[in-house]
Parts: sequence; C-alpha cells; structure tokens
Amino acid sequence: MDILFQAVFALYLGATITAVVCFFNLNQRLRLTARGLLGAAVGLHTVYLLVRFIAAGHTPVASSHEAVSFFAWSLTMAYLAFRWRYRVKNFAAFVLPLITLLMLVALLSPTRLVELPPAMQSWWLPVHGMIALMANAFLALAFCGGIMYLLQEREIKRKRMGFFSERLPSLEALDNLNQHCLTIGFPLLTLGIITGSIWARQAWGAFWQWDPKEVWSLITWLIYAAMIHQRFTVGWRRRRAAIMAIVGFAAVLFTLWGVNLFLGGAHTYAG
Amino acid sequence: MLAERIVCLGVNHQTAPVEIREKMAFSGDCLTPLVQIKEIPGCDECCFLSTCNRVEVLLVAEPEAATINAVRDFLFAGTGLSSAETEHYSYLRTGREAVNHVFRVASSLDSMVLGEPQILGQLKDAYRVAMDNKATGPILHRLLGKSFSVAKRIRTETSIASSAVSISYAAVQLARKILGDLTGKTVLLAGAGEMAELAAEHMLAQGVGKVVVANRTLERAISLARRFDGEAASLAELAPKLAEADILISSTGSPDLVLRREDMAPLMRQRYNRPIFLIDIAVPRDLDPGLNDLDNIYLYDIDDLQQVVEVNKGERRREAEKAERIVEEEVIKFLQWLENMELAPTITELRHRADELRQAELNRTLAALPELTPEQRKAVEKMGSALVNKLLHHPIQFLKSGDRPEDKRRNLMTLRRIFGLDNGNNGNNGNNGAGSG
Repeated sequence: MDILFQAVFALYLGATITAVVCFFNLNQRLRLTARGLLGAAVGLHTVYLLVRFIAAGHTPVASSHEAVSFFAWSLTMAYLAFRWRYRVKNFAAFVLPLITLLMLVALLSPTRLVELPPAMQSWWLPVHGMIALMANAFLALAFCGGIMYLLQEREIKRKRMGFFSERLPSLEALDNLNQHCLTIGFPLLTLGIITGSIWARQAWGAFWQWDPKEVWSLITWLIYAAMIHQRFTVGWRRRRAAIMAIVGFAAVLFTLWGVNLFLGGAHTYAG
Repeated sequence: MLAERIVCLGVNHQTAPVEIREKMAFSGDCLTPLVQIKEIPGCDECCFLSTCNRVEVLLVAEPEAATINAVRDFLFAGTGLSSAETEHYSYLRTGREAVNHVFRVASSLDSMVLGEPQILGQLKDAYRVAMDNKATGPILHRLLGKSFSVAKRIRTETSIASSAVSISYAAVQLARKILGDLTGKTVLLAGAGEMAELAAEHMLAQGVGKVVVANRTLERAISLARRFDGEAASLAELAPKLAEADILISSTGSPDLVLRREDMAPLMRQRYNRPIFLIDIAVPRDLDPGLNDLDNIYLYDIDDLQQVVEVNKGERRREAEKAERIVEEEVIKFLQWLENMELAPTITELRHRADELRQAELNRTLAALPELTPEQRKAVEKMGSALVNKLLHHPIQFLKSGDRPEDKRRNLMTLRRIFGLDNGNNGNNGNNGAGSG
C-alpha cells in the first residue's frame, strides 16, 4: 500500500513539475502532459483511498496521514470541478504545488492503519471528516487565487507589466474565482462545524467544549464570515478579498495542524 | 536536389524604400500577377504575395538565372529601374534559406512591427489564390501549410504577439487585465481629443456597452457622443458620471487637475468599491497621480502607457529569439521531408518494406513446413522473391514515368501514400517528414 501511495505522490510531483515548467515556457505540449499526469494521479489516488477504506474498515480520514491525503485528493477534485466550469489561465501552476506539498506531508506521516477508539466509531466520522476536508479544499483554491491576484495586481499597480501579467488571468477573473470558491467553501465549512458539534454531542455529551480545535475552527469561520459580510455590505472585494482568502487559509492550516502540534486536545488524530 | 528548387524572390521594407515599393504597385491584387508568373518558363509552382511592406514570389523552379531574371523583371516591370538596381533592391533566397524565410514571414519575424498578426492572414489569402489557380504543387502545399503551423506554434509557445505595441491598444489590453471581459462596461471620456477617440473606438470594438462623453463645450460632447451612439454631459457632471463608469479616458486641456484623490474616495464608497481604470492622456495631467495608491483604482498616464509599449517592444524582441530557434527546428524537419521526397530513397524504402514482408512470411511458412527438403525450401524462397519483384516492377516504373518534374513528384507522393511510407502523409499535415514506416 505504501508503494501505491509513493506512486501517487510521484505522479502528482510529475504533474506539478510539468505545470510549473509550462508556466515558464508556455509550451502547449507540456500543458497536455501535465493534464494527463494529473488525471493519472487522481485516478490512482482514488484507488489508494478505496484500498485503504477496505483495509481499515472506515473512511480514510482518521489518522493524520489519511486526513492530509484526503485533503489533497479533495483539492484535486475541487480543482477539476472548477476547471470544468470556469477557465482560469495557468491555475494549475499554483494549485498543483500545493497539492504536492500536502502529499509530501502525507508521505512523511506514519501511514500505518489505526484502530479507532470507540468514541470515534460512528458514521459521523466520514460525514464530518469529508465535509470539513472538502471545505478546506475550496478554501485552498481561494488561497491560490488570492496569491495570483496579488501577483497580478502588483505588476499592474507598479506599471511594470511583464512576467506575471502575461501568464495570469485578469483581476476580474481572479476575483470571481475567489467569490465562487468561497460560496462553496464557506457553507461546507459551516456544515463541517455543525456536523462536528452534533458528533461531539453524541460522543462526549456536549455540543461544544472549547477544545482548541473547535476554537480555531470558529476563528477560521469568523474570518471567512467577516469577509463575506464585508463583500456584500461595503464591497470588500478584489485586493482585500484576496488578502482575506490568504489569511483565512492560514487559519485553516493552523486548525488542521497547528492545533495538534502546539495545543493538543480531543482532535489529536488517532495516529 | 529538390531543396535548391525552392526559390524566394522579392522586396520588403528592409531592402527597398517605400518609393520603390509603391512603384511596383500590385496593390493587394494577387491574381493577375500570379497568372503571369505561372506562364514564365521554368516555374513549376508559384505563389504571389503583396502587402504594403513586401512583394514576394515563392517559386519551385529550376534555379537558372534566366528564370529568376524573368521573374525579377516582371516584378519591377513598372519601375523603370535598371537590372543592376533591381538586383540591389530585391532579395533572392534559395533552398534552406528560402524555407527559413517563408517560415519567418508567416510568423511575422520579418515584419516591420514584430509579431503583428495581419501577415499570416495575407499569406493564407495568397496561398488560397495560388491554390485556386492551380499554381501550387505538392512542395508549396507542404511548405506553406507548414509555415502556417509554424506561425501557430510560435504564437502559442512564445509571447511575441501577446503584448500591445501601440498606446491605444495598450490601454485596451490593460483594461482587459483589470476588468476582464469589457462587454457591457461603461467608458467615460473627459475631453475629446484624438487619442481619446481612438482608444474609445478600440474599446467599442472590444464590446464596451456604453460611451459617455463629458466635455467643456457641450456641443462637441454631443457630436462626439452621437458618433459613438452614447451619452453627452458637461465637465461639471464628471463626478456623478464617474460613479457609474468603469473606465475613464481623460484628455481635457485643463491646466489643473480635474480629479483629485480626495474627490474619488467618497465616490468609491458610492461604487461599492467597484474597480475603475483611469487613463490620463492629457498633458498637463488631468488626474492626481496619488489616485493610483487607492484600492481598486488603477491609474495610467501617457508616460506609463508609453513605458508599457516600450517594455512590450523589448519583450517582443526577446521572444523573437525564441521564435527564431523554433523556425530553425522546423526548417530542418521540412528539409528532411524534402529529402524523403527524392526518388531514390523511396525506391529503396519500398524494396526494403517489401523485403521485410517477404522475409517475415517466408519464416512463418517454413516454420510451419519442417518436412520440406532443401530443394523445396529453395523453390518456396524463389517464389517469394519473384512475387515481390514482379509486384514492385510496375510501381517503380510508375515512379520513374512522367516527363515533367511536377508529374514525377505527384507520382512519388501517390506511391508513398499507397504503400503507407509516410504514415498517412498527404503533403500538408503533421511533421512525419523523417518517418519511413
């Protein structure tokens, strides 16, 4: 199973390198190669998740390795779903490195299968875990869009058009990307928190117990909620929205790992 | 050698000044000259291209001085220049250089404005006229077809054509970078200068929905607004109009600033921070340079636009080097294909192919019949060889038949196609030049 995962990682890595090279030299053939490699990677990754599901007997979102690998898979799926609907020039060159980075983290985490403690054996595990990770995936897309926005705007404001302005989509397109990703990501995040608290009630008897992970998800949620509120009331868009998407995603990442590393609490993965 | 028969003869903006080019006066009509060139003895295939910067004939002909001179005399017929002068003003390229030249012309590497898009269309038109009049043959088909795909490859793999090199077009391109699709957007013209008009026209061509003209004198505003089918206003109404506009092109003759940073801040709240692109092409400037520091406001003055244009020109020159490498690569591929067009290798290839088949079938048959005596084996082998030789006899005769060179080439193409020697090569697609099955 580890070899399978390494193969998936290698495919993602290949797709990423190709996409980044393509970003620099604009070679059409490379673009198709990257697309093919990504397709192969996500296909094999799906197989890996299924294999793991069968071997472990639960949806593979329980250990740190599983959660991050599922996060990477959701991000790819979110990216593909997005691509199918909208065209954002050279989006891949920004999303694929992030996917590969996540995969690298998953690769370095212990991959052994874990026995779930009784509290976690519930069908809320897949529901809560998958929704929360899918939410993260869309917020990650908004994050990539935010970075692209800032790079593009920097060149336009400084009146030094060149490398990025030619390779990145228009500011308008990037702002739309941000908005679309949030309109999907934010409800999912909300749902993730709600399902989590219902499950908490079942497992531990209380909806909310100010566990660090819960606090940080709430902080994350508040950041995104503020951002959406401001967009609709006073028109916080574009640059501010881009910055907020980046800040929000930093909070997402901290909720995912930082809490476990620095603060501990009930969410420490079974691994 | 086939390659030597490809000849390119012509004048362009580098070799001949406009006084000479205008005397040649083919004025975009490709048909009449083409028909006349076709009649010149020795020209097997030809294509005639005439644009404002170049007049060019592409030939497949015996590289003899008489033919070349006849074509050159025809080109300069109306100019009254001596033959020494015509030689001085024109260029003559043959073989590899000619192929290289055609690819460079198609990719706009030989144009006055590097990367300009018109030349490819003009070349395609010239090709169509030549094809319709049966002036092209297999070699020009392949050469021109290839030149179009080289141009396309260069367009996608380099950014030679993607940056704007005129001020008004640079403004449009920036507007698209900032606002995305311009469909339905509103352009506000403050003042009615010539450059503002030009930029507004460009933007209308990009689908801008509405043009509002604000001018000091209302009459001028109204007459200009009528031209763009837009709305007129006085300069005093600038602020309320600005609240609805997406692009402002300012070119008033006012000695002071028309719009200050402080004026814009309340407007942005009113606009819900909808982005606005301010273009200041007035000298002295109309718009406060500090506006650019505000969020969602993008201000470019005439110097900024000029700078964008200069940077873009430099960028095109850099990209041109990349493009030249692609051209070189494609020239080599084309020459390989030409070599394959020669007769002898085709015959060898055909024999080789048949022999492979014969050998394979023979091995299979003999393996299935182990009880044969040596004499019987020899007889079977002999039969195989005889069959191959007899079958190939007529195709090879067919190859060598044909009195005129173009018939020979056509036969060659047909034969290569029938026996699948080029993997589906039909003379105008793919880069399977070196393919031998």
